[in-house]
Amino acid sequence: MRFLDRFRKGRGKTEVEPVVEAEPAVPAASDETESEISEPSVQIEPEEVTVSDLEPVKKKEGLFARLKKGLTKTRENITEKVEQLIKTSRRLDEDFFEELEAILIQADVGVNTTLELVDSLRQGVKEQRLTEVEDVKGLIKEEIAAIMTTDRDNSLCLAAEPPTIIMVVGVNGVGKTTTIAKLAYRFKQEGSRTIIAAADTFRAAAIDQLQIWADRVGVEVIKHQEGADPGAVVFDAVNAARSRQADFLIIDTAGRLHTKSNLMDEIAKVKRVIQREYPDGPHEVLLVLDATTGQNAISQAKEFYQATGVTGIALTKLDGTAKGGIVIAITKELDIPVKLIGIGETLEDLREFDAAEYVEALFA
Amino acid sequence: MVFEGLSGRLQDTFRKLKGKGKLSEDDVNRAMREVRLALLEADVNFKIVKDFVARVKERAVGQEVLTSLTPGQQVVKIVYEELAELMGGEQSRLNLASRPPTVVMMVGLQGAGKTTTCAKLARNLQSQGKRPLLVAADIYRPAAIKQLQVLGEQVNCPVFSMGQENPVNIARAAVENARSNNRDVVILDTAGRLHINEELMNELTNIKTEADPHEILLVVDAMTGQDAVNVAESFNKQLGLTGVVLTKLDGDSRGGAALSVKAVAGCPIKFAGMGEKLDNLEPFHPDRMASRILGMGDVLSLVEKAQANINQEKARELSQKIMQQEFTLEDFLDQLQQVRSMGPLEDLFSMIPGFSSAKQLQGLKGEDFDEREIGHIEAIIQSMTPEERRNPTMLNGSRKKRIARGSGTRVQDVNRLVKQFEESRKLMKQFTDMGKKGKKGKKGLRLPF
Repeated sequence: MRFLDRFRKGRGKTEVEPVVEAEPAVPAASDETESEISEPSVQIEPEEVTVSDLEPVKKKEGLFARLKKGLTKTRENITEKVEQLIKTSRRLDEDFFEELEAILIQADVGVNTTLELVDSLRQGVKEQRLTEVEDVKGLIKEEIAAIMTTDRDNSLCLAAEPPTIIMVVGVNGVGKTTTIAKLAYRFKQEGSRTIIAAADTFRAAAIDQLQIWADRVGVEVIKHQEGADPGAVVFDAVNAARSRQADFLIIDTAGRLHTKSNLMDEIAKVKRVIQREYPDGPHEVLLVLDATTGQNAISQAKEFYQATGVTGIALTKLDGTAKGGIVIAITKELDIPVKLIGIGETLEDLREFDAAEYVEALFA
Repeated sequence: MVFEGLSGRLQDTFRKLKGKGKLSEDDVNRAMREVRLALLEADVNFKIVKDFVARVKERAVGQEVLTSLTPGQQVVKIVYEELAELMGGEQSRLNLASRPPTVVMMVGLQGAGKTTTCAKLARNLQSQGKRPLLVAADIYRPAAIKQLQVLGEQVNCPVFSMGQENPVNIARAAVENARSNNRDVVILDTAGRLHINEELMNELTNIKTEADPHEILLVVDAMTGQDAVNVAESFNKQLGLTGVVLTKLDGDSRGGAALSVKAVAGCPIKFAGMGEKLDNLEPFHPDRMASRILGMGDVLSLVEKAQANINQEKARELSQKIMQQEFTLEDFLDQLQQVRSMGPLEDLFSMIPGFSSAKQLQGLKGEDFDEREIGHIEAIIQSMTPEERRNPTMLNGSRKKRIARGSGTRVQDVNRLVKQFEESRKLMKQFTDMGKKGKKGKKGLRLPF
């Protein structure tokens, strides 16, 4: 008991009631080391991580090279298979097209987009009287590039007068907070003053997570308590951005499934709070999508668009084996440009989306 | 429509088939094409779809269907059976060690919902009288430990943490701790990782060696696309999974991942995450899921929900009242609130057989079943005096005006509610009268189904 008391005293400043916490402190090892280890290191750690996390980033590596590297898996998956197909198929027959369909569908491109893509490829082959399997590769590339290259601007929308307000939305677990950290890091590198609003007041420790990232990047966070009204946080953040003359205000919202109408109403309200202060804001509503997601991503995009008027998409987790084909489907089915892609875990691994470059990297 | 559910697609196909007395092989082929496309749109893995369709087709063109009187129905039945089998046949539970503590290890990609699932599992186990211990072994994601601590407090379960210590050491110390503190289930919350990250995958292998878990559960987001197969395959190969937890099933994803994962990893789906609340972890029922996917409704879940939420005493009272024709607005309100306590209406509707197709036929969408509508009805009744609730006939113009003002609605709304209530009372009267007659005249009440 004495030990427990000591333990409690030591953690007096933590918000969370440490009573349940107390138990872990009793394991077999010696008391002294144990209490040191058990000390809530979450608050202390960020300082250390700042250094180690930022240093190993290789600055010299070009944008294209990094993108290519990040997309290697994606590329391997699609390109290798296509190439393999081209090598193994001798003739441009139905089997060839069917196999091509299979490849695209397995890349999450979606049934409709795939069927249209292959149909127009068929037509192209007929029109150009292509007979060589090799020539088809160029044609596939052109077809996809044609879908991916839209008239829409792929760069972030900026306000005429700062602050530019960026609202970040998406379903649970897609990587909103990490994307915000990466975005803030980039603005900071460019010398812009950035404020982050911790409007995810729902998920346990979401505010702490954002705060740790913000400390690593070195930007301010406007936050309330867990469970507070996100509208109120945003109201404060907007005013803080105004009075502190920030260039960017990034708003982190709680992850929500797009099918929950009450939560979608809530996020629409957050947007209205911004608009009351800045009628032209938010200047950018970024929908974060997980590249691992299948066809449901399109449904997400539609619902979030309806509730918040999404102006751009950030596609995350492209460094896995997910083939990212969903981008093609999204660009084709919705008029929302993909603006950013996440291709790794370091702060630098956020890239502007460039359709031509993306297709090139995919088929390089 | 592109965004119709799998059930919608299949139902459309089979509606066409159902009209026919006899199926030709061509008909079956056309139906199988639709099944194939629908499954692919539902994110079921390509290869699995291929096998699945081949299997169904084989049975469909065989004797089983062609000689059947209702071939369309027969195809639906085959698809359903195969779907249920693909998702794991019978329901499967958590394996508990004969000598506690049982060690459960949660693994998965980033953002799949591991930490939340850990807390939900702890609550689930507590409700079965177990004494779980949550272990914060995610040392990488910022504030992951804090998140588990907060959740642990919410479900009132101790959380073991050692800060940024090596997860292998954490796992070892946690099991020790559980043993000495009489905790019978240890739930290890590991960090999210890519299945191709060798270093981190090795870490998991080391944790496995150290903690010797009885269950290794892969947490999979129900919205995952074709990649679900690769993820499940890699995790299974490296760790030997014993089960899967499917999360975020409360969204509108068609959950094709569920179909794929089982087929690839060969282990059952043990739980389903059905919402953000910490008691929204439900056992996964492959058969029910299959019938839900096919739009055949999920009556069993509905009945279970009703039993869990509806007060038996009150229900008996209510039926008594109906029999004696004493049903009042007060009872109506009571009933309404009980139904609401069972969860969002839309969820309930989706469990009623045939409802999803009826919804489609009428072109209705989710928002037409607005919870607010019911909120209004509640408000109106609550703005009445107890006397008025018992005897709505006493409502005159000025009373109605007062009620409308009190509930933030219009007089028309009040009128409509009263009228509807009177009508349903009349209906009940007819029913009970018929019932009484039936007893006397030995002529049972005939229900329309």
